Amino acid sequence: MPAERLLELDDVQVHFPMREGLVKAVNGVSYHVNKGEVLGIVGESGSGKSITARSIMRLLPKKAVEPGGRISFRPRTGEEYELSSLSRNSRAIRQVRGNHIGMIFQEPMTALSPVHTIGMQIMRTVQLHKKLGKAAARERAIDLLAKVQLPRPRELVDAYPHQLSGGMRQRAMIALAISCDPSLLIADEPTTALDVTTEAQILDLLKSLQSELGMAIIFITHNFGVVADIADRVSVMYLGKIVETATVDDIFYAPKHPYTQALLRSIPRLGVDQGRRLPTIPGMVPDPFSVPPGCSFNPRCSHAIAGLCDVKTPPEKRFGNQMSRCHIADQFVQEPAHV
Amino acid sequence: MIAFILRRALLAIPTLIFISFIAFVIIQLPPGDYITAYAAELRHQGEYITEAQEAAMRAQYGLNDPLVVQYWRWISNIVLHGDFGYSLQWNAPVSSLIWDRLAITLAISTLSLVFTWIIAIPVGVYSATRQYSVLDYVFTVFGFLGKGIPDFLLALILLWISFVYLNLNVGGLFSPQFQSAPWSVAKVIDLLQHIWIPLVVLATGGAAGLIRVMRANMLDELGKPYVETAYAQGLSESRVVWSYPVRVALNPFISTVGWALPALFSGDIITAVVLNLPTTGPLLLQALKMQDMYLAGSFILVLSVFTVIGTLISDILLAWFDPRIRYA
Repeated sequence: MPAERLLELDDVQVHFPMREGLVKAVNGVSYHVNKGEVLGIVGESGSGKSITARSIMRLLPKKAVEPGGRISFRPRTGEEYELSSLSRNSRAIRQVRGNHIGMIFQEPMTALSPVHTIGMQIMRTVQLHKKLGKAAARERAIDLLAKVQLPRPRELVDAYPHQLSGGMRQRAMIALAISCDPSLLIADEPTTALDVTTEAQILDLLKSLQSELGMAIIFITHNFGVVADIADRVSVMYLGKIVETATVDDIFYAPKHPYTQALLRSIPRLGVDQGRRLPTIPGMVPDPFSVPPGCSFNPRCSHAIAGLCDVKTPPEKRFGNQMSRCHIADQFVQEPAHV
Repeated sequence: MIAFILRRALLAIPTLIFISFIAFVIIQLPPGDYITAYAAELRHQGEYITEAQEAAMRAQYGLNDPLVVQYWRWISNIVLHGDFGYSLQWNAPVSSLIWDRLAITLAISTLSLVFTWIIAIPVGVYSATRQYSVLDYVFTVFGFLGKGIPDFLLALILLWISFVYLNLNVGGLFSPQFQSAPWSVAKVIDLLQHIWIPLVVLATGGAAGLIRVMRANMLDELGKPYVETAYAQGLSESRVVWSYPVRVALNPFISTVGWALPALFSGDIITAVVLNLPTTGPLLLQALKMQDMYLAGSFILVLSVFTVIGTLISDILLAWFDPRIRYA
């Protein structure tokens, strides 16, 4: 791995054998995260973005199988981990979880234990990884609560999750995730369950923490607006594959995959095209048991070429730092798509 | 927390008063009264008392007074003097009959409850964390068998096995030579030789059901996001399971402590009769059959009081255990 690399995924695959057939939830995903950068991962429900994140954490459901792929991780401390070879309950992965990689979940209402105080949950993590005593861990918990800008941290350290509002709980969740100064924070739709005002506050908090602590973030969301706000680079996922990766500017101003273009066109904008119907992507997301052959987006793609796109799986085409999995990606270089 | 306990304890007082009144009314419900029964008893033995004598005795015992006055006399005797009345059938004060048996019942039942939990909680947790494994199926089969076999049948089988094959003297709690002997090491050993059968019988039935409850609760809890959060902190699997979902899944156990207490005293009557245990169950059964009013009434009162106290205890335990209840 290059020196600046923190995390590298190479052809990661996660399959679920079901009675109805094999679901290839993650089907050859490759991406990397550099030290201190924010990677946004965008995709609709079921595109495999959360499962990929769980594969990094080795927290996949027990019935998942991994036929292939490599996940390499090198935290700030320098040691190298081959995460893909670690088993779910191995000692090595337990040293990584919570210590080098923190994780924030979607549901602040249920993601914290209802029968332990906020402080208790943070203290457990700190005591486990930082080998602090009880009093020192408690002080650290209070510091962390202050760092995520919770009011009255000295009182809230003894509060139970049900005594806090949704936004406060998500702040507590963030405090828990960053409690051991992780090199990487995985945020799995951390603002989806919050109202937009709270969402903006949480995003600001994450940005300031990221620059203060110098950690990298994988930010999983289905919301392009959120990605524009926080990410340096963006990967777009569709049906278990990354279809496009680019810097946040290129994703918004020069997308080179028809799926990205179609997603961007379907975002409502203030003052533009008033009175016209919002364009939508035709058709439905195919059911996971019968993914179309060739490019899996071809039945819904307005540029699809019969005999090519529905037969051959498109290769990764690179344009500088941009990657697009589309047969006709070159075409969008000459004539940037109007979005 | 203290305010919570005080409030609950205060609420228990009117409930107890109401229950004691109901218990007294139930004692009075059968036609006739103590004197009628006493006269019938005398007639049976060939003696005879006149109507006037009966009336005099009624006046003497205060049986002509209004119900409320009689209730007051009964309850104040119990509360102020610990006098539960007089058992016709045993010809002895009720209090001398029930306290020994209550103590033995409490001992046996508490032990069997502890055994039930010791079996049910680990097995339930194992079954849930290793769902559909071979051992899970084995536990499920044994669970349904344990639930399906009536306690008294299991008791009979165990009696038969230990009598025929192990040559043990098993009925009751003590061998005849220790029945009225003072407590000694030998007597305790003798007790241990007898007590395992009721414990096994009572614990299997209870554990079989509780394993299923624990398994279902755990399966619910294991799927919740906070469990994943705990894993994501780097805690080991056993530490996650035992300090997070088990804590929450135990709630139903704690709330059933309240019912366990009265069930300990009235329940398992048939088992107790089969095993000839000197517990309260058989005595209550007999008192009801013979219309032994004061004995039966006292039992009903004691059971009701235990129900209220048990509920109070489980409320307090639950609030202590689960902050969502404490601060609701």
